[in-house]
Amino acid sequence: MANKILKKSDSFYAVYDRKPGEDKMNTHYCPGCGHGNIHKYVAEAIDELGIQDRTIIVSPVGCSVFIYYYFDLGNIQVAHGRAPAVATALKRAHPHAIVISYQGDGDLAAIGGNNIIQAANRGEQITVVFVNNAIYGMTGGQVAPTTLVGMKSSTTPRGRAIENEGYPMKVSELIAALTAPVYVERTALWDTSSRNKAKRSIKKALKAQMEGKGFTFCEIMSPCPSGWKLTPAQSLEWMKENMGAYYKVGVLRDEIKTREPIIKEKKTVTSKEIQEVLGTDIKPSEHYPTNPEDRYKNPSMKFAGFGGQGVLSLGTMLANAAMEQGFNSSWIPSYGPEMRGGTAYCFVNISDKEIGSPTVSNPDLLVAFNRPSLEKFEGDVKPGGIIMYDSTIIDVQPTRDDVEILAVPATGIAESLGNIRCANTVMAGVYLAKTKIMAKEALIQTLPKAIKKKHLIDLNIHALEKGFEFIENN
Amino acid sequence: MAKEFIKGNEAVVKGAILAGCQSFYGYPITPASEIAEAAAKFFPSVGRVFLQAESEIAAIQMTYGAAAAGERTMTASSSPGVSLKQEGISYAASSELPVVLVDIMRAGPGLGSIAPEQSDYNQIVKGGGHGNYKLIVLAPNSAQEMCNLTMLAFELADKYRAVACVLADGYIGQMMEPVEYPEPVEMKIDKSSWALHATKETRKNLINSIYLEPAELEAHNQNLQNKFAEIEKNEIRFDEYRTDDAEYIGVAYGIMSRIMRSVVDTAREKGIKLGLVRPISLFPFPKAKLRSYRENIKGYFVTELSNGQMVDDVRLAVGELKPVRLYTRMGGYVPSIEEVFEGFEKAFIK
Ligand SMILES: Cc1ncc(C[n+]2csc(CCOP(=O)(O)OP(=O)(O)O)c2C)c(N)n1
Ligand code: SF4
Repeated sequence: MANKILKKSDSFYAVYDRKPGEDKMNTHYCPGCGHGNIHKYVAEAIDELGIQDRTIIVSPVGCSVFIYYYFDLGNIQVAHGRAPAVATALKRAHPHAIVISYQGDGDLAAIGGNNIIQAANRGEQITVVFVNNAIYGMTGGQVAPTTLVGMKSSTTPRGRAIENEGYPMKVSELIAALTAPVYVERTALWDTSSRNKAKRSIKKALKAQMEGKGFTFCEIMSPCPSGWKLTPAQSLEWMKENMGAYYKVGVLRDEIKTREPIIKEKKTVTSKEIQEVLGTDIKPSEHYPTNPEDRYKNPSMKFAGFGGQGVLSLGTMLANAAMEQGFNSSWIPSYGPEMRGGTAYCFVNISDKEIGSPTVSNPDLLVAFNRPSLEKFEGDVKPGGIIMYDSTIIDVQPTRDDVEILAVPATGIAESLGNIRCANTVMAGVYLAKTKIMAKEALIQTLPKAIKKKHLIDLNIHALEKGFEFIENN
Repeated sequence: MAKEFIKGNEAVVKGAILAGCQSFYGYPITPASEIAEAAAKFFPSVGRVFLQAESEIAAIQMTYGAAAAGERTMTASSSPGVSLKQEGISYAASSELPVVLVDIMRAGPGLGSIAPEQSDYNQIVKGGGHGNYKLIVLAPNSAQEMCNLTMLAFELADKYRAVACVLADGYIGQMMEPVEYPEPVEMKIDKSSWALHATKETRKNLINSIYLEPAELEAHNQNLQNKFAEIEKNEIRFDEYRTDDAEYIGVAYGIMSRIMRSVVDTAREKGIKLGLVRPISLFPFPKAKLRSYRENIKGYFVTELSNGQMVDDVRLAVGELKPVRLYTRMGGYVPSIEEVFEGFEKAFIK
């Protein structure tokens, strides 16, 4: 366990130029620290697999935060515990990359606990090298989720107590309990033979990643003489005797041979295809000019009723058609605290000028589909405005005498057409026939955008025509 | 060009794809969820990545990874989720990663409600995370701008290697309006000098935010500050309405700027010369523009849906020569034109 890595792999820099200070040859790790060995195994595996150019290694927060001093790989240093999330996106951006998330036990099991579980569960095609030294090394030896029961640390001065800190977390077992991971093994650094297994495990995981097999996880028990307050030699003994007794070395999952690879590739899509998918290359609509009286121009409207009566879609239908006829228009639903009480409503503005506030206190038009909304909003309508209400459903009459009032049996008419859900379109017809702010054809043109189910379009055209007839006959 | 009638939140997603955004990482929250839903629908259809992350903490970190990988990437959320993103925002700002964040603000503090507020101004414009950094902040007030400013956010994020935020309120996110779409953009920027492409050429690159030597970290901070100064010089955006002969200058952004536009018309009908300056960029803030009126007007009238957050920037910009008065609502209440006008009258006329 020398802190000097003697024969350097290609995947290490020959001289550690990024490391501050005079000494550019030795690592910053304490004598007897396991990180150096693990780095060496990672570098050797990368060399042997010939993947140096396409490997990106994610450094955690912990003693190994400075991985980028040493590894001649694509390097990225990330926030505490978040390496699996960052690695997820690196891999998805570059499916050909080999992505390694190198993490300590505080980083991975404590603060990043959710991030590692979720990345594993998604089966991200990354390799996690999990250095379990049963303690927080970098911050001076505090308790980790992996600290053994009874073990002293600077934040468990009396030793880890199950009543206070619970039991040490067996992370590999947790990961192996998930379905997605393809390979999970726990190894250790306590003697030559165990160290060889650690190295083999890393290489095996990286190879599986190259083959697109899925999420691979290498836990390695590693000494932290400084945190444990032991000599390097004592550390190895202590680790084997105590950690080895609690954390069993061995393969917890290996489905590399049987798993079907998932090979992800980025596909290129042309601008034309993008516009098609997004529907952003929009064909101009037909214009059907009308000549409304001035008092009907540039209306602000409120549509109100129970959810399901088509109140919101009546609004979007009119606003959409208005847009196609060259007007400015806006639609805003009742939203937030206003939504309570079962009554849905929306505001629509149609204007030949730029629209300021999308809501107005005093609309030019109120269309009410239920009694509560008629009673609640009729007082707001601007003098000289219009109140339309569904007289099939509402059994009272508005009390205002300074507005135009239209009692429209919209639901009744819709029922006679065989579907009460087109009552809203009946209302649209009545409104257009009354005010002439848009032609019937303008609304017919827009129906396919408002009504997703094709077979309902004819029905709604009928409903619209019935609305027009209602005005012609009254 | 013909237009589509669409929700602001959905216009964000179409704008992002047109801008060449390659990945979307999000987590659902009202009133921003339509963004994640539209992204889930469209991103995979055009060969791009959509992933619902395990949390907002993870989502922003995923954009950290994606931006480091050299691609245009984004995340979107609403206020409580943005609080969680602050860790990642600070890291991305320091590592100079071009990330686009969309915040559809709702009422707080705490869980608050899903109704609109503008109370994330401080946490976005002043930097809610640790350290000395700024975000580029763009404040749309229409569905059209939800699309256009999202596209601009990608451009500026890349131009300055910075985090750019589209800051809108729930109303602007939920409102439907006509949107005319620009052509798709080809992202031609060569990022190989710093990004990780998993290639021989980019193997030397390092994405990093740790600097242990005070001198080094100070220099890094200084570089960041120089960049923010550059942004302040180049990227100020605002809109003016009836300000030419104004005796009072209204200042508002987002939904409040729409209401204020109507308030200006109301005032003008009554012979009161009110005008409106709408900051489109909140950082950089149009300080000089606002200050330029101060000799000739009687006062500034700031309206916002918060306890008064932007008003601090207005006060810093214009000084004490003329009164700066504030009308605010909180809790998800969006005032009517009449209420705001009354607030104006109380502040200046009566
Ligand atoms: C958000 C955050 N919280 C706390 C810290 C402080 N911190 C740095 S390293 C570390 C513990 C790392 O321990 P571990 O992951 O076990 O790695 P080791 O140092 O033992 O290799 C902590 C808590 C931090 N950098 N960021
Ligand atoms: S504190 Fe422990 S983990 Fe950190 S370098 Fe020293 S021995 Fe290694």
